[in-house]
Amino acid sequence: MRIKNIALALVVGMSWVGVSLAASPGAGLLQPANNDVANTASLQRGARNFVNYCLGCHSAKYVRYSRLAADLGLTESQVIENLLFTGTSIHDTMEVALPQEAAARWFGTTPPDLSLIARARGTDYIYTFLKSFYLDPKRPTGVNNLVLPGTSMPHVLWELQGYQAAVYDGESDPARDAVHKKFKGFELAQPGLLSPEEFDQFVRDTVNFLDYIAEPMQLQRRKLGFYVLGFLLVFFVLAYALKKEYWKDVK
Amino acid sequence: MSAEAERIDGGRRHFLLVATTVTGVAGLAATAVPFLASWKPSARAQALGAPVEQDVSKLEPGGVLKVNWRGQAIFIVRRTPEMIATLSDPKVIAQLRDPNSEESEQPEYAKNEIRALRPEFLVLVGVCTHLGCAPIDRFQPQDAELGADWPGGFYCPCHGSRFDMAGRVFKDVPAPTNLRIPPYRFLNESVIQIGVDAEVA
Amino acid sequence: MSATMQAPARRGRLAAIAEWCDQRLGYSRFLKQHVTEYYAPKNFNFWYYFGSLALLVLVIQIVTGIFLTMNYKPSAEDAFASVEYIMRDVEWGWLIRYMHSTGASAFFVVVYLHMFRGLMYGSYKNPRELVWILGMLIYLCLMAEAFFGYLLPWGNMSYWGAQVIVSLFGVIPGIGESLVEWIRGDYYISDITLNRFFALHVIALPLALIFLVVVHILALHEVGSNNPDGVEIKQLKGPDGHPVDGIPFHPYYTVKDLVGITVFLMFFAGVVFFAPEMGGYFLEHANFQPANPLQTPENIAPVWYFTPFYAILRAVPNKFLGVVLMALAVISFVFLPWLDRSKVKSIRYRGWIYKTFLFSFAVSFIALGYLGLQHVTPAYTYAARFFTVVYFAFFILMPWYTKIDPTKPVPERVTYHAH
Repeated sequence: MRIKNIALALVVGMSWVGVSLAASPGAGLLQPANNDVANTASLQRGARNFVNYCLGCHSAKYVRYSRLAADLGLTESQVIENLLFTGTSIHDTMEVALPQEAAARWFGTTPPDLSLIARARGTDYIYTFLKSFYLDPKRPTGVNNLVLPGTSMPHVLWELQGYQAAVYDGESDPARDAVHKKFKGFELAQPGLLSPEEFDQFVRDTVNFLDYIAEPMQLQRRKLGFYVLGFLLVFFVLAYALKKEYWKDVK
Repeated sequence: MSAEAERIDGGRRHFLLVATTVTGVAGLAATAVPFLASWKPSARAQALGAPVEQDVSKLEPGGVLKVNWRGQAIFIVRRTPEMIATLSDPKVIAQLRDPNSEESEQPEYAKNEIRALRPEFLVLVGVCTHLGCAPIDRFQPQDAELGADWPGGFYCPCHGSRFDMAGRVFKDVPAPTNLRIPPYRFLNESVIQIGVDAEVA
Repeated sequence: MSATMQAPARRGRLAAIAEWCDQRLGYSRFLKQHVTEYYAPKNFNFWYYFGSLALLVLVIQIVTGIFLTMNYKPSAEDAFASVEYIMRDVEWGWLIRYMHSTGASAFFVVVYLHMFRGLMYGSYKNPRELVWILGMLIYLCLMAEAFFGYLLPWGNMSYWGAQVIVSLFGVIPGIGESLVEWIRGDYYISDITLNRFFALHVIALPLALIFLVVVHILALHEVGSNNPDGVEIKQLKGPDGHPVDGIPFHPYYTVKDLVGITVFLMFFAGVVFFAPEMGGYFLEHANFQPANPLQTPENIAPVWYFTPFYAILRAVPNKFLGVVLMALAVISFVFLPWLDRSKVKSIRYRGWIYKTFLFSFAVSFIALGYLGLQHVTPAYTYAARFFTVVYFAFFILMPWYTKIDPTKPVPERVTYHAH
């Protein structure tokens, strides 16, 4: 009877895991970001990239510079010198320099706040998105994006990546805007300042930073988790022994 | 089970009960820590309560500046040589309740006759130590209202407490202690930062 | 001081105060009745942990909830930002919030297993009908509590989830539309809706839940606990007047439940510290974007604990019938005590017919839960319809199959082997 019950519990549990796995959003298009939020050097580079290339239009309004300093192993003066715009305090959050109304006028939409983008979209999505701009003369920005077709975001990183063209399979013609099924790959049409490998690393660092700001406490969270589980394990041994001891009475 | 075995058994049960209870209570106490700690000033409160900087180079001698720090008015006074002179005047000191700031709140570096880092600049919390009203500046000596022997200082309109040019409280007024001095330091010759202690050797 | 007050004083001040209170409150009688001399069957198995675990989760939710309200702001303007404020600026705020969000899902995991235990061992049958009905009321309250709470973070999924579920009331003929407006207090899900959902979530429903839980336990203690054998232990009492197969709840089940609680907390801490989003099932990805009345999330689905019923709703091609069937799917449980005509309670002594129906029901519940999370495709819709039929067959055919089910004889004593 006992074994059967445990088996039943297992079936219930396993079907739960099965549901979780089967439903994970796995668009085959996305490339793994392979970022590591424990890599402080990468986070520091990512913070610099974010401030230089993203913060012009995108805010990260829940992120405090002072917290960045503490978590990224930087001194406050390093943050003030390298990451802060003049007139901003170290205690401020990462507000955008560009007025929101102006942004809406120029891009047709307000650039979203990026504090939580990594949790909303996933790191792989952002990594692939930033690498998937390609030349498209029909767009007002001159580029389109394979991950988010019709995006109003221009190719901000063109200087670093260069421009790439989308290559399609034989019979399809690019004029039909048929990106979906016949897409084969990208081809660098105009090289940028960085090699493709360097650019990948640049994007990975930036995504890593976005991953970190989406949940700044995630490293502390995991670390604390081990202590809590360790305590519970000790307590389990005691509680189990106590139960055994008392249940000797039950005949 | 023999009586001997039963005795040992009871000891084991007692030990396990105590060990489990102690561990469990320790676990509960550790769990309570995050909940209690969540009441501490948050990062936002700390950001809003961050040190403030004030340029005092444009402050006239004898003038006063009021700065908001952590919801309190901070008075910065640029004292004239005449004002400074009153601080060591025996006639004034005789009227004071706590001339050496023994009973009052101030950083160690302001526990002196001038109650300041530099004689010229007085930095104090503009909150009366009686019931929290805002004292007003009456720097002119021999004030018509405050009497012929008034050396100049602060006067609290609520209950008439009086303080001298270093915020020291007079005798026979309701306020028990001198006006508080906040932590502050000079970033350079002309900028005062309030909220950070000066480093005094 | 009178002589009666001096007598206990010899045993110490504290004992005297305790006795003084007891004479006026009678708590020692209460403790005896419900803890130290509440005789529970000695053969409880794994499935009997989930009752005390549900109580534990209720406590976790209340404590963490109280602390969340200290920093949360129930307004459309501030709600989303205040949650991020809790996650980032409030010291340990993230832990309190993750405990609460994980607790919500844990509550349903525990309650579903607790309910399944009831199905397996016939805990709803005479004399425990009222215990079962009170339990169902707790479950309904819990669903409402979860639904109202889900709007509070004011993420995009919160917003659209509330939009869809509130719209369900619109199908009620005649009054539907005005009822929906009345619930929202506005012409769309707005600040006003959020404000009243907050009030319901933090005070009205918790009060109802606590009240129902107390009555649920009082009713249980009146009739006594069922057990995996479905034997009524009160029918065989020893010379001391206590059931021979019963043991005092304290200390035997308090120490046993402590083990269960510790194991549960390991799983709970595992989620809180290592997977608070649980792959997007406990905290949905779309909810990390603020509510946007102009843009529906790509894959709109309720949180996992509602999806079995959501799948039934979608499986029915008629809007009105869909809502009715969905409501019936929840309410049907209430009628179990009268649908089940079997002579035995426990699955151990039931025949293959009941076992087959119960197994099919469990499978269809899980399958519907899975389908409710997926995008609608024709194949999935047919699957959902199939499982909906199986789901309802369990209830509708119950009077028939429990009557013809070849049961085994029930022993007089419970099955228990001392270890």
